[in-house]
Amino acid sequence: MAARAVHGIGVPVKRKEDPRFIRGKGTYVDDIKLPGMLVMDIVRSPYAHARIKRIDVSKALAMPGVIDVITGEELAKANLAWMPTLMGDRQMVLPTDRVVYYAQEVAAVIATDRYRAADAVLAVEVEYEPLPPVLNPFDALKPDAPLVRPDREQKSNHIWHWEAGDKEKTDRIFHEAEVVVAQDLYIPRIHVASIETCGCVANYDPVTDKLTIWMTSQAPHAHRTVFSLVTGIPEHKIRIISPDIGGGFGGKVPVYPGYVIATYATLKHKKPIKWIEDRSENLQADSFARDYHIHAELAATRDGKIRGLRVRVVADHGAFDAAANPSRFPAGLFSVCTGSYDMQAAHIQVDGVYTTKPPGGVAYRCSFRVTEAVHTIERMVDILADELGMDPAEIRFKNFVQPHQFPYKSPTGWEYDSGNYPAALQKALETIGYQELRREQAERRARGELMGIGISTFTEIVGAGPSHTFDILGIKMFDSAEIRVHPTGAVIVRIGVQTQGQGHETTFAQIVAEELGIPVEYITVEHGDTDTAPYGLGTYASRSTPTAGAATAVAARKIREKARLIAAHLLEVSPDDLEWKDYAFRVKGAPDRHKTMQEIAFAAYTNFPLGLEPGLEAECYYDPPNLTFPFGAYVCVVDIDRGTGQVKIREFLAVDDCGTIINPMIVEGQIHGGLTMGMAAALLEEIVYDENGTMLTGTFMDYLLPTAVETPHWKTAKTITPSPHHPLGAKGVGESPTIGAPPALVNAVVDALSHLGVRHIDIPITPAKVYRILQEKGVAE
Amino acid sequence: MEPLPIQVTVNGRTYSAEVEPRLLLVHFLREVLNLTGTHIGCDTTSCGACTVLWNGRPVKSCTVLAVQVDGGEILTVEGLEGEGQLHPVQEGFWEEHGLQCGFCTPGMMMTAVALLNENPDPTEEEIRKAISGNLCRCTGYVNIVKAIQYAARKMREGMSVHAGGV
Repeated sequence: MAARAVHGIGVPVKRKEDPRFIRGKGTYVDDIKLPGMLVMDIVRSPYAHARIKRIDVSKALAMPGVIDVITGEELAKANLAWMPTLMGDRQMVLPTDRVVYYAQEVAAVIATDRYRAADAVLAVEVEYEPLPPVLNPFDALKPDAPLVRPDREQKSNHIWHWEAGDKEKTDRIFHEAEVVVAQDLYIPRIHVASIETCGCVANYDPVTDKLTIWMTSQAPHAHRTVFSLVTGIPEHKIRIISPDIGGGFGGKVPVYPGYVIATYATLKHKKPIKWIEDRSENLQADSFARDYHIHAELAATRDGKIRGLRVRVVADHGAFDAAANPSRFPAGLFSVCTGSYDMQAAHIQVDGVYTTKPPGGVAYRCSFRVTEAVHTIERMVDILADELGMDPAEIRFKNFVQPHQFPYKSPTGWEYDSGNYPAALQKALETIGYQELRREQAERRARGELMGIGISTFTEIVGAGPSHTFDILGIKMFDSAEIRVHPTGAVIVRIGVQTQGQGHETTFAQIVAEELGIPVEYITVEHGDTDTAPYGLGTYASRSTPTAGAATAVAARKIREKARLIAAHLLEVSPDDLEWKDYAFRVKGAPDRHKTMQEIAFAAYTNFPLGLEPGLEAECYYDPPNLTFPFGAYVCVVDIDRGTGQVKIREFLAVDDCGTIINPMIVEGQIHGGLTMGMAAALLEEIVYDENGTMLTGTFMDYLLPTAVETPHWKTAKTITPSPHHPLGAKGVGESPTIGAPPALVNAVVDALSHLGVRHIDIPITPAKVYRILQEKGVAE
Repeated sequence: MEPLPIQVTVNGRTYSAEVEPRLLLVHFLREVLNLTGTHIGCDTTSCGACTVLWNGRPVKSCTVLAVQVDGGEILTVEGLEGEGQLHPVQEGFWEEHGLQCGFCTPGMMMTAVALLNENPDPTEEEIRKAISGNLCRCTGYVNIVKAIQYAARKMREGMSVHAGGV
């Protein structure tokens, strides 16, 4: 069978999921409609911090079509007023006495349709006694700060302290250093804002005693286990279905109060309950990302060799620590912040703090705080270059971990699997014409024009497990695949991860196609239904290909090993006389004598050797030996309008290396999308509160997502450095561009202004912010 | 408020219904007619996921009342395919990887159809401007632009005569 027909690894196969989406025939949660279904809507707090004195639901209950109003007091009786977070904290589902952030859930209305539910929300009377909000984490740490969480034993707003690296050695290096640069960096609170908001349809069937929840979930199995533990319902009586998901980006990893209330309501009323949040609820109350106050220092020699990195972070976690990090990593993988550079020592300290803001700390298209890590090191390297008068490319070449150093043990303990950083940067500089751009910049600068060139050479860290280090609430971070080959050679693959647009139904089919030699059109991939899919930890942190992708390859290879025995039986040779070549088992030395997987599959059910189990299927629960470390070199060229402060991206080139590429079309699409979200964070997006803690950016009119007009025509290129430990050599790619793009953009803008003495600008770099700088420097027009 | 009778042609089929005056067109399409291909993304006329064509013009159906379209013609994503043949815009989105999660896609395609009906040979800048009222969080727009260029070529070549069933 020709390779083209198989459409295995490396082929830009058109996506198998698209025919339903382009016809409007996807099934998203809000498309689920069940007989007798009721609708839930939520009463939310107008205060960031207040005592609840009274909730009067009588007027709401008397309205037509209103079935019920659920309060925290009622949930408390069922022991459901609080729920555990994925970080081992607890979070209010509905409050009994106080609210701790603006737009917090206060009560839930159940009605016959969404209009009646919305009417009733307005009729629920809540009397509040406002308390002082706590909005700044530094203020929150002061001894006289109002307590955000009096329910805790510890009577302060400090949540945890976390360290990585070698403090003593790092301090010594800084003490002896020829050059030290330091910078405060703030990475603001932002929101993933997937175009589909969050929601669920919860349906308890009293006849089968089964609870089915269609849920916007990036991790349905983990959520099923949490639901079982929280409600006490046996896990086999809970089915979570994550149908088509309209974008996740980390925002659909946490369990939100709405899911729990809807579940309580269906158990109570024995009717399906639909809850779909609106955009304002999504932006105001769902998990935020980032909000890191960073102080970073680099120690170096005078000729630009980096020797050490020291970082202190105050992390604003809002009112509950509902981040979605692996249990042992309260600051996620932030300690990968030594990046692509070889240095002797590093020391990182992070303190988590409560404030009266929505909970979270999710990874906005990011592998657990690696965006914050990359932003820190990529900015600091540029600041060091500026201090030393070096070119930002030159200082990077001088400090890169070299290809021969892999596997490379970083000063904070990570073992980078593979990389070739100089090759990626070299390719980026040559492709974009770096030297010519520098010449042009000098000419323009002489004419008073502001042009900047920014570089970012980042290292990602994706694919959690391995299980010895990574778990979520004790559940180890492996992942899974299950493959069944039917008698006619058609295949069903079920995986433990869940697509939200990444194209798993195509990519995972290609893996199986490649491994078994079965054309991709005969392979169906299913996921997202906990009753049918094998247990997995879900899709986030670019972990699908590194974990479940590996599981799929290993399961397929198990099938191939069994197939070898059947082929030997059919060809009447010893299994050792066969080799797998050109998608078939062939007799060594007589390749025309062969059996394809389709022929073998038929025999597996009709003519298998005596003593061999019939059928042809396999599963794999894959525990990765290490994470994978994709990397890239990005170069960005900007022009700044001196009249408006507008940053215009003239050109952006992304050279990515994600190891083996399964579907180049999908990988490129992931890079385009990631770059756009990176640009969004760098130039547009920020969640803003007023002095009362009221959110000012609760709609898409205030929280700016990039449109096609601001977004440049991205240019991409690649190098390929396979992962040595992944069965396919693949690494994961979805988030690299989101973490690599912001520092490239900031470095470009700062580069455009560096001759004016500008060394750093916090994101988002809005026109107003740039214009103020231009005015200060006397160059505004 | 008393329900009002309306008569609307949706994707070539005429429907009569009694609706609350405050019922939004998008809810009428999704919940009364069960045409769930049109999505809701923002409630503030910002994201364009709910874009449909009303008498040939693109509108955001979250900001149109069902009673307003009384007597009018609506085209939704479900009406794009004609006699088993994809509309060139649908084909373009599939060919050029113009979608990922698929949630913004129906609205994006309806805007593209409206653009190409008016301007069969748009420049990249014209395409980007035309779709600037439709937000996509996944694709970075590059492939959406390519998808619309693909459709424009296809429509100009006249290889597909189906302009959308209405």
